[in-house]
Amino acid sequence: MNGFMALARAQWKGFWRDKQNWFWLMAFPLMFLLLFGFLLRDAGASKNTLTQIGSVAIIDQLPPEAKTQFDNLFDVTKTTDAAAAVESVRKGDVDAAVEQRGNEVILHYSQADQVNAARVQGTLGAFVDAANVAISGKPPTFTLDAVAAEDNSLKPIQFIAPGLLGWAVAMGATFNAAMPFVTWRTNKLLRRIRLTPVRTESLVASRLLVSVAVALVQMVVFLAVGVGLFDLKLSGSWWMAIPLLVCATLAFMAIGLIAGAISRTAEAASGIANVIILPMAFLSGSFIPLDQAPPWLQTISKFLPLGQLNEGLLDTMVRGEGPGSAMMPMAALLGFAVVFGLIAARLFRWED
Amino acid sequence: MTNVIETRGLVKRYGDLTAVDHVDIAVPQGTFFGLLGPNGAGKTTTLELIEGIREPDEGEALIFGEKVWPRNRALLPRIGVQLQASAFFERLTVAEQLRCFAELYAVPLTRIDRMIELVGLEDKRTVRTEDLSGGQKQRLSIACSLIHDPEIVFLDEPTAALDPQARRNLWDVLRAINAEGRTVVLTTHYMDEAEILCDQIAIIDRGKILTTDTPRNLITGLGAAYRILLSEGAVSEEEANRLPGVESASLDNGTLALTTHEPSPVLTALAERDALHGLQVTSATLEDVFLTLTGREYRA
Ligand SMILES: Nc1ncnc2c1ncn2[C@@H]1O[C@H](COP(=O)(O)OP(=O)(O)OP(=O)(O)O)[C@@H](O)[C@H]1O
Ligand SMILES: [Mg+2]
Repeated sequence: MNGFMALARAQWKGFWRDKQNWFWLMAFPLMFLLLFGFLLRDAGASKNTLTQIGSVAIIDQLPPEAKTQFDNLFDVTKTTDAAAAVESVRKGDVDAAVEQRGNEVILHYSQADQVNAARVQGTLGAFVDAANVAISGKPPTFTLDAVAAEDNSLKPIQFIAPGLLGWAVAMGATFNAAMPFVTWRTNKLLRRIRLTPVRTESLVASRLLVSVAVALVQMVVFLAVGVGLFDLKLSGSWWMAIPLLVCATLAFMAIGLIAGAISRTAEAASGIANVIILPMAFLSGSFIPLDQAPPWLQTISKFLPLGQLNEGLLDTMVRGEGPGSAMMPMAALLGFAVVFGLIAARLFRWED
Repeated sequence: MTNVIETRGLVKRYGDLTAVDHVDIAVPQGTFFGLLGPNGAGKTTTLELIEGIREPDEGEALIFGEKVWPRNRALLPRIGVQLQASAFFERLTVAEQLRCFAELYAVPLTRIDRMIELVGLEDKRTVRTEDLSGGQKQRLSIACSLIHDPEIVFLDEPTAALDPQARRNLWDVLRAINAEGRTVVLTTHYMDEAEILCDQIAIIDRGKILTTDTPRNLITGLGAAYRILLSEGAVSEEEANRLPGVESASLDNGTLALTTHEPSPVLTALAERDALHGLQVTSATLEDVFLTLTGREYRA
């Protein structure tokens, strides 16, 4: 027990006194958070651009409250040059152009931008329908209320913060396991420790404790920046992120131990760790949300430890799922930890 | 006296190279034991086999009568080890380093200050180990190996990389450690160091122990002659040749060198002639012992 705490304290101090760690495990991921956070700040509330050709009665004669609603959805510019308007739609400068001939409302859209085309068609269609209903003079029989599945705070920060946190923690735990053991093996500190009566388990456990503590510090900093700067809204069971991060640290530490065991130098170990973590971060939706990704990518991410971690973090921190939603990801992460841990134990070497 | 360390037919091979070749060593309790040999002789490997951090290919090593391999955790608090290359926790200060080792051995933290004092690092307490000089690192490493008050101390070339002054200071420390009743096992490739410090010396070359004895016995055992050096003119060359006991006398570069196996009558005769000014007597050294044993010049 004595030895365990001594090793943990020594490693904790050594960790924070290394400026490299401050940069790569704190500043670097935070930079991404700031970058994405500022870039995508207003993305959720973006309007569609619409060019109005000549007079379009259905828009011009909207009742006042409908008009405000319309202006919230569209940035309208007026022109009389139909050909130029259609050309700018084709070039992608505006999302759509609209004109009215008699009772026919004509919408010009670009097939190159299906998402915006669909949005404009849908919204404008709704206004046309509303106009038809209004002219008929009868109250509408059916009404449709569209409610976003992610409640009303569908802002990119909600997806970015958990994903980047998952990436930062995965990096921290992997590097924290891979590097020290290689360094200690080459500079013979491992041999020196082995000459003290400390147990091997205490050595590994002390490293785990330090890595878990570092992961929690990363979490606090990420959430503070997310909530403070970008209005990140945490849902009820966000605290389940803590046990999730502990399980993830176990899994990634085991991966790091494998990387450390098969490398001769610290440089090689960090290279291997990077080659594992960076592609995994992309495939697991740390940088780009997987919701719109092709199904095969979503399937792959389920078989990656970081994919499981991100899924669990999203569910508990922003999707408003109950604490139970973390159970499956946690079980999967522990499974990864056991498998990789056994491999690491087999490969572990005290000496070069 | 009981032997606290014993090895029986220790062998360690690295591929075709036999780094340690059937080594038998017995170290009685309280002895200052020196393992002397040139680079690559197998000193470090022998120590590692005795400390139980390397598995021997043949034979066994015992400490306090117990096998050291596989790792014997009960033995570890009783031995202290200074490795040839200093190994410290990254970015910790001198005091923090010692504290960590004190806790690893579960000894009171009051030992920290005593160790710092023992090796003279009082003004470096709060300096990180990365910023210490080579000699200071060496001393801290020794302090770490003594923190738990071990009965046997293994020191692998503790004075390498030290300046002559620091070497002498460290010798005092090592003597003090031994005087407290501890068994000290030291490797060195400095002949003078082994001669001055050790009660027992084992000379090792190419993995084999060539001989083990006290430094005195090793040297006198050679039966080598003494050389008496005088400045020119103290006595003439012919007169010197006629002195009792002198086997040969020669003048070289202003120094008259006499060779003898019995220095006492020669010195008496010189004293009678009042010719003792600037006199020097040199006897055979361990280097001559090494030369005799291997037929090679000693090159450390
Ligand atoms: N891990 C190893 N793998 C292969 N060969 C080794 C290994 N360790 C030592 N040797 C070889 O074994 C021989 C003895 O090495 P050892 O380190 O014991 O010598 P030494 O007497 O301590 O030398 P020095 O005075 O330079 O420290 C050397 O030839 C060395 O190259
Ligand atoms: Mg050596």
